[in-house]
Amino acid sequence: MENYIIEMLNITKKFPGIIANDNITLKLKKGEIHALLGENGAGKSTLMSVLFGLYQAENGEIRKNGKVVRINNPNDANTLGIGMVHQHFKLVEIFTVLENIILGVEPNKMGFLEKKEARKRVIELSERYGLKVDPDALIEDITVGMQQRVEILKMLYRDNEILIFDEPTAVLTPQEIKELLQIMKEFAQEGKSILFITHKLNEIMEVADRCTVLRKGKYVGTVNVKDTTKEELSKMMVGRDISFSVDKKEANVGEIVLSVKNLTVSSKTHKNNAVKNVTFDVRAGEIVCLAGIEGNGQTEFVNALTGLEKPNSGIIKLCGKDMTKSSIRQRSINGMSHIPEDRQKHGLVLDYKLEENLVLQRYWQPEFQRRGFIKFDSVRKYAEKLIKKYDIRSGQGSSTIVRSMSGGNQQKAIVAREIDKEHQLLIAVQPTRGLDVGAIEYVHKQLIKRRDAGKAVFIVSLELEEVMNVSDRILVIYEGEIVGELNPKTTTVEELGLYMSGAKRDVVKEISDAE
Amino acid sequence: MQNKKRFSFKNLTQISGFSSFSSALMAILLGLVFGFIVMLIAIPGNALAGFQHVVLGGFNRIADVFYFATPILMTGLAVGFAFKMGLFNIGASGQYTMGMFFALYVGFMWNLSGSMHWIAAILAGMLGGMLWGFIPGIFKALLNVNEVITSIMFNYIGMYLVDMLIQGNSLMYISTKARTNYLPSDVQIPSLGISGSNVNFGIVFAIIISIILYIVLQKTTFGYELKATGFNKNASKYAGMKGKSNIIITMIIAGGLAGLGGAFAILAPSAIEGSSMTYEPINIIAANGFTGIAVALLGNSHPIGIIFSSVFISHIQRGGTLASLVGYKPEIIDVVIAVIIYFSAFAMIMNSALARFVKNRLKKKDSDHGASESEKTQIDFNEVNYKTKEAE
Repeated sequence: MENYIIEMLNITKKFPGIIANDNITLKLKKGEIHALLGENGAGKSTLMSVLFGLYQAENGEIRKNGKVVRINNPNDANTLGIGMVHQHFKLVEIFTVLENIILGVEPNKMGFLEKKEARKRVIELSERYGLKVDPDALIEDITVGMQQRVEILKMLYRDNEILIFDEPTAVLTPQEIKELLQIMKEFAQEGKSILFITHKLNEIMEVADRCTVLRKGKYVGTVNVKDTTKEELSKMMVGRDISFSVDKKEANVGEIVLSVKNLTVSSKTHKNNAVKNVTFDVRAGEIVCLAGIEGNGQTEFVNALTGLEKPNSGIIKLCGKDMTKSSIRQRSINGMSHIPEDRQKHGLVLDYKLEENLVLQRYWQPEFQRRGFIKFDSVRKYAEKLIKKYDIRSGQGSSTIVRSMSGGNQQKAIVAREIDKEHQLLIAVQPTRGLDVGAIEYVHKQLIKRRDAGKAVFIVSLELEEVMNVSDRILVIYEGEIVGELNPKTTTVEELGLYMSGAKRDVVKEISDAE
Repeated sequence: MQNKKRFSFKNLTQISGFSSFSSALMAILLGLVFGFIVMLIAIPGNALAGFQHVVLGGFNRIADVFYFATPILMTGLAVGFAFKMGLFNIGASGQYTMGMFFALYVGFMWNLSGSMHWIAAILAGMLGGMLWGFIPGIFKALLNVNEVITSIMFNYIGMYLVDMLIQGNSLMYISTKARTNYLPSDVQIPSLGISGSNVNFGIVFAIIISIILYIVLQKTTFGYELKATGFNKNASKYAGMKGKSNIIITMIIAGGLAGLGGAFAILAPSAIEGSSMTYEPINIIAANGFTGIAVALLGNSHPIGIIFSSVFISHIQRGGTLASLVGYKPEIIDVVIAVIIYFSAFAMIMNSALARFVKNRLKKKDSDHGASESEKTQIDFNEVNYKTKEAE
């Protein structure tokens, strides 16, 4: 007889137009790390929201230690010892760490706050798990990684014994990920039970004891992580074989498409320049990857490249034409496609329908408008073509409001739009951020297809694996400067890491000469 | 059977058109309730009779309701249209006053014959409003000055400027009567011919303009860009839309709409032979401009919704004047309208609150229903568990 702390039995949860969870069963043992794996929109977050009391299931039941419980809201969940770290943190920005932790369970004497005890406990907890959080820092001043630790402390402070992590590593740097996984292991050793939502297989292999896989809202199976492989897991998740190594032919390099000379961009946050004297070319038929740790000037560089921001100095040429001072629309017409870093801020109008978003870069073209009137039937036809071709899933097809779509499908919509548009240069900034392996493989394939079609592809990525697998050439950016140009075939991840952290650098001369 | 009914109602609450309609209705209802309370406090004995006048009185003067709806429909559009782009055009009053002045100027100073004259005066009014929308627009677009501040200031600048210009023009102004002269009859917009009312073709034009705006917003690339900018400025920039010129164009159109409102108001025909509407330069900001904000809010910035909300507000304003028959001061109705405005400002919040309320009620029913079901499944499970144990 197994000893389960939480059992979710035959859970069914429907939303208009979609069954998010269809008869799903999940059993969590005491003291284990249980991974919940699935594609974007497979229903992982919904299932966890049911457990945390944010949604009520139409069918099925939840048991704790064998007893049936009803969880109507997060407070119920909390009393049962269930805590959750959400993908998007629920913190009050202008409060301190301590204030956030005690929020909702404020210790008080006759209505007056008693922070002393709480503070002692927070410091004690923080030290015990090596979380290194300053209780008096304001949330808005600390890094995303630290904010996540505040969320973790919130659960610990409430003596939660069942901890839900909803894609906790998506926002972290590789170093922070390592530390988080270590912390999770410690929790498990202490007897806390952890549910870990992710689609990063490496992390599952590293920390999880068992793994439950969902696909399109349905239960696929639960496996012991020791007895399985990454390939097997991904097959369960996607329903077909996934290749991790990206197959690609030799690059067939052609003319220079993008030429950047001595580009300098000022920073909005500090006085120094964010991008310093950057020079390089991207040729037709090759994929160039700009690698670097977040915040080393990539965002500013891409903004200048795409026209969202004005550079201080330097020249940007697209297919031989000087584009330094051109408008965004002109760049677009001249063959620049841009998959932006922040899909919700720049890439989409969330309150527009999917079809309206799919023509965001093209609505003014004769295909979609006549004398200023949008041809909505052409828009719909085009949208339906893209939805089919690029497998964009949504509740109500082309007339779905984009806000209601899952993050992965939002990203797919952007990728579809930018790839399908006439272009010579494709700029993709973290194109696979937050996507599952199936979608990542898909996006990578599309990028390589573009390359093979003779387009220039420029990727900005933080993922080492992506950089190594997809690119034909790697440029490393560190503190706004290009510190190295590497060949992915001859370099190693370790070497790349050294460049990215600034420990190693070359004097990069005119790269076009080196070609 | 019951199930079916419940589901259809559920779907109904999810349609956005319905929810904005329901929130407007809710705002009106609450406003009326508070208005009634105010009346009850003022003169308890006559409250019911007075309230009846407020709510139903307008029906006896349908033509006048539409006549008074005309200018606030236009200022409502001026506010609502700009709001679709995320701009808060609080300067409808100034634009309205400028429109009025330009129309008056053409009416008095230009010698045109026949219907050319009133058409020219209307267009001049539009131009005047456009000018007063253009200036805050260009400040916003090029210098990033908040349009709320500039347009408030331009309300004053416009009003004092117009008062000054009118008082300095002996052809337009009769200083002994402290008002403008009567306009020649060929500048007045043709009446719709309903006796005892000033209702004129202005309301027809205003409704046509609303419909045109609706088409512009829904069907054109300009409307697409405008709404995209209103929803997400960053995305519209990313998509290469010309944000700056769109801001200026939007403010020009909004100003033009308010200006038309001013022209429609001042060029309305008078039911009394030989007279006309007049303007009194007494340093007061046109109230119709601010009423336009309420109209736009209540109409959820939707051009068609604004038609209805302007007619409604005009309706209770008319009814309010009748409440004086039972001893109420006309100010009472201003209080009622103010309360409605106040509540319509919270319409969106109340909207979600209402939706949540309905949803919760439905959910409660659902979960009560679900509880018995889960009990059943629990039993099933016990059976299943029992069976598996046996199998082991």
